[in-house]
Amino acid sequence: MLSGLYIEGTTFFHRIGPGKKILSLVLIGTGLFFIRDLTIIAGCFAVIVSLYFTAGVPAKIMLRQLRPAAILLVIIFIVQYFSNSLELATLIVLRFACLILAASLITLTTRTSDMVEGIERGLKPLHKILPVERVSLTISLCIRFIPTIQAITEEVKEAQYARGLSTNIFAIAVPVIIRTLKMADEISEAIYARSFETEPYHPDLDK
Amino acid sequence: MIKFDSVSVKKEGRVILRDLSLCLDQKRIGVIGHNGSGKSTFIRLINGIEMPATGQVSVNNLYTDKNRKEVLKRVGFVFQNPENQIIYPMVREDLAFGLKNRRLSKSEISDRIQQTAEMFGVSDLLDRLSHTLSGGEKQLVAILSILIMDPDHIVLDEPTTLLDLQNKKKIMDILDNLDQQILVVSHDLEFLKSYDHILRFEQGKLIDQGKPDDVITKYIEDALC
Repeated sequence: MLSGLYIEGTTFFHRIGPGKKILSLVLIGTGLFFIRDLTIIAGCFAVIVSLYFTAGVPAKIMLRQLRPAAILLVIIFIVQYFSNSLELATLIVLRFACLILAASLITLTTRTSDMVEGIERGLKPLHKILPVERVSLTISLCIRFIPTIQAITEEVKEAQYARGLSTNIFAIAVPVIIRTLKMADEISEAIYARSFETEPYHPDLDK
Repeated sequence: MIKFDSVSVKKEGRVILRDLSLCLDQKRIGVIGHNGSGKSTFIRLINGIEMPATGQVSVNNLYTDKNRKEVLKRVGFVFQNPENQIIYPMVREDLAFGLKNRRLSKSEISDRIQQTAEMFGVSDLLDRLSHTLSGGEKQLVAILSILIMDPDHIVLDEPTTLLDLQNKKKIMDILDNLDQQILVVSHDLEFLKSYDHILRFEQGKLIDQGKPDDVITKYIEDALC
């Protein structure tokens, strides 16, 4: 969901407001866990797959959404198959696949800015107790900097390798964390320099 | 006009900039000096990212401490590393960020993005993901994210350091054609040769200023000695 892979389009799915999409996802996600019938889950899966085609998302990109969770899905399937039954194993895996595909479809058909605006609008009634603009900016920053942190991790790995160090989680984590914190300082200055203002969440803490 | 009045900056007990008084009204100003000479701190004072320990900094008679919001509107700041300045996943969204903070309407934001992109020939970048841009494209987007806010003064911290020759020329051409007052910190002396005024800092002090030919020549001589 955080891959930031928006696909330009003008389909019906692209035009639905982000608020409605997120609400639908919440309802679908909850609803899926009440379904205990394999045929119905398979039907849901087929509907979600067909929505990808309606939204003009190529099959290759649809399959790419499942790739990161593939190993986990296989493990779940094996565990459920041996501890329960083939039917339950298939049902659980299809349920997760439906959830992943539905969430990804929203990402693929909604611009980050629209998504963030939708979340902002949804949280507006809470503005007295929650710094809404900061929350939405935080979400954008998470999406934006995931690839950057991945790139930093790769650079650190390569630097360690070049100096003859084998993969060591601590040797990689420490420099990555330090560089990320330094980067966070620079990002906050850049945000400040572009006139980002919010109503203070807690005046005493914000000073 | 940018004015420094008896400005000093201290960090962790160390003096970074000492007793600086200065008026800057030239259109193109270059800032040079060795690493750690105080030049980056100097430019960071101009839009209030850094605050002086003593003295005051003003931009068009607006003080960075008392008129923070107004100063931010007038001074655009381009950081050294564009990677950390582009804060939205998509270029179009990033260009919109500053304008949204100024409470412009959606249609105004959209129009201004389109106009700016066309003016600088980057319409093809608008729907690209920020992390997929090349170094030169990132620097260009970082500069445009500031230009789109239409500041009166633009401050740039080593804008060409990470660029190849072609992209460096592109950035230089863009900066040369701007109407705003520009302050650039750079180690690239060639880049500053055509500027109106050069400031040279060493060990937290402004030790020389004037025409590029005089200040840069002296700087090179001192460095080679």
